[in-house]
Amino acid sequence: MTSALTGKRRDDERRRDHEFGVGLPPLLWVPAGLAFALIALPVVGLAIRADWPRVPELLLSGSALDALRLSLVTAAISTTLCIVFGGPLAVVLARGRLAGLSVLRSVVLLPLVLPPVVGGLALLFLLGRTGLLGRGLDLWFGVTIPFSTTAVVLAQTFVALPFLVVSTEGALRTAGQRYEAVAATLGASPGLAFRRVTVPLVLPGLASGAVLAFARCLGEFGATIAFAGSLQGTTRTLPLLVYLERESDVDAAVALSLLLVVVAVAVIAVARPRGVEGSR
Amino acid sequence: MRPGVAARVVVRRPEFTLDVELDVAEGEVLAVLGPNGAGKSTLLDVLSGLLRPAEGHVRVGDETLTGDGRHVPPHRRGVGLLAQQALLFPHLTALGNVAFGPRAQGVPRGEAERRARELLAAVDASELEQRRPGRMSGGQQQRVALARALAPGPALLLLDEPLAALDVDAAPALRSLLRRVIRERKQTALLVTHSALDALVLADRVLVLTGGRVVEQGPTREVLARPRSPFTARIAGLDLVPGIACPDGLRTADGLLVSGRAAGVDDGEPAVAVFPPSAVAVYAQRPSGSPRNVLPVRLAAIEPRGDTVRLRAAAVDGGPAWVDGLAADVTPAAVADLGVEPGVELWFAVKATEVAIHAAG
Repeated sequence: MTSALTGKRRDDERRRDHEFGVGLPPLLWVPAGLAFALIALPVVGLAIRADWPRVPELLLSGSALDALRLSLVTAAISTTLCIVFGGPLAVVLARGRLAGLSVLRSVVLLPLVLPPVVGGLALLFLLGRTGLLGRGLDLWFGVTIPFSTTAVVLAQTFVALPFLVVSTEGALRTAGQRYEAVAATLGASPGLAFRRVTVPLVLPGLASGAVLAFARCLGEFGATIAFAGSLQGTTRTLPLLVYLERESDVDAAVALSLLLVVVAVAVIAVARPRGVEGSR
Repeated sequence: MRPGVAARVVVRRPEFTLDVELDVAEGEVLAVLGPNGAGKSTLLDVLSGLLRPAEGHVRVGDETLTGDGRHVPPHRRGVGLLAQQALLFPHLTALGNVAFGPRAQGVPRGEAERRARELLAAVDASELEQRRPGRMSGGQQQRVALARALAPGPALLLLDEPLAALDVDAAPALRSLLRRVIRERKQTALLVTHSALDALVLADRVLVLTGGRVVEQGPTREVLARPRSPFTARIAGLDLVPGIACPDGLRTADGLLVSGRAAGVDDGEPAVAVFPPSAVAVYAQRPSGSPRNVLPVRLAAIEPRGDTVRLRAAAVDGGPAWVDGLAADVTPAAVADLGVEPGVELWFAVKATEVAIHAAG
């Protein structure tokens, strides 16, 4: 084992010294460079366009602070809901022995590929005052969900759930059931084995899924505007405010956008090691 | 009090049917040998409760674990497992891993950790207590896994090729450790293995499984020395000489010395000298010189085996009786040079460096 490892290390050193690796076809660099530029340049453009001296003032305006607070609070609640409900769903998908589980899995992926605005409309027709469930809620409990902060949370949870489920299910599959079988031979009941073995094993996967879900919640726009509208302090999250300011105060929109860029970069820094590279 | 095991297992699969009856006495180690697909893993799954057999029973002492309409789930059977892969829980230290079983049984933390420390000391892994599996070698992991498997005090310990995944340097040390720990604790165990050596060192009895059925069983040395099935002959494939370990090797019952290198055996212990037939040189005249074991034999049979020819020995009149059954693999050219035929007297010579002395029985 040790000798194999040192052998490999020696190989790596040799490769660095003499560069005898197979090269890339030169033509590949052109589309690759363009693709990278397409991702990186707009962000640079945003930074150049920003009116930097006014950025602090713009970010500290009443409407901006309201939106930021609302975004953080709703994203945090939605992420918690994703963990509480999505975690168990991932376990069922990874370990359940049901017929039709693959169909279920496809349905769970739906919000990932569906245009968010369609998701928002679907939520509206389910929970709106005339909707399938919404009518009952309104009649019997006097509860209306659309155009409330609750609606923001539901819209965000809807779009972010697949991120958490997919990441956690992947971690569960990687961990396999061998450790649980070992725990059983050591006298651990299924419940104890789940708590003391399975959960700690999939925690990194769950955490990176939660970070991705949080980022998705923070950036949510389409489903929110369709289902929750855009009311300052109640449903107007940061992306909605950016969209609104884009017409009246471009500098404010740019400043808020940069704030979202910073959050996005932070999320990538935290979640990337397992979330993106680990899932290749 | 560790009770014995009695089991009859019938599992029907499209490819084969497993139908085995076995018993393991209290404190005994039974080795199950067999080629791939013989049903060894299925047998282990049934004993550990992961699989419910179509028919049969598993009894440990007075308790029926499977059968009579009962099927005790894996975590309440008291059947431990040490597999090829250590499968230590990666998020726990060695101490946490070993304490896991007692904790699962409701033993308070302090007491569980005390027991875990004792077991880690018993497997020479005290210095690993606070280490996580990621920072241990394969051999270290397997030692900790052994301590973990013993910690809940299993009535039956299943050993599923516990040495197969270790490299050649780590396997002999763990083999003698396993033997010591299992003997000291009089642990009832069932060992599944491909290796005749593992069976010799660790097991009291062997059972040979082929195509889902028992084809041979009996005391380890007898079964391996006189293989009756082709599979046993192939895995036995080794020359064995029983005796008592002594400083330079092994002394046979008739007082002759077989020189060899001891592997985890103390002087005066029952032992067996093991060497491959390919290490045996064959002479028509008694060879002289170099330090080697020279045995007078009468040629019993010539068996062609692909590129080589196996010469099977029988005892000569007045010579040691234990050479009976020893094999030497030589080239067809060498056979032609010797001009041998069954019945002639020959000399088998094997270098002391090729002979390993293992504890046995």
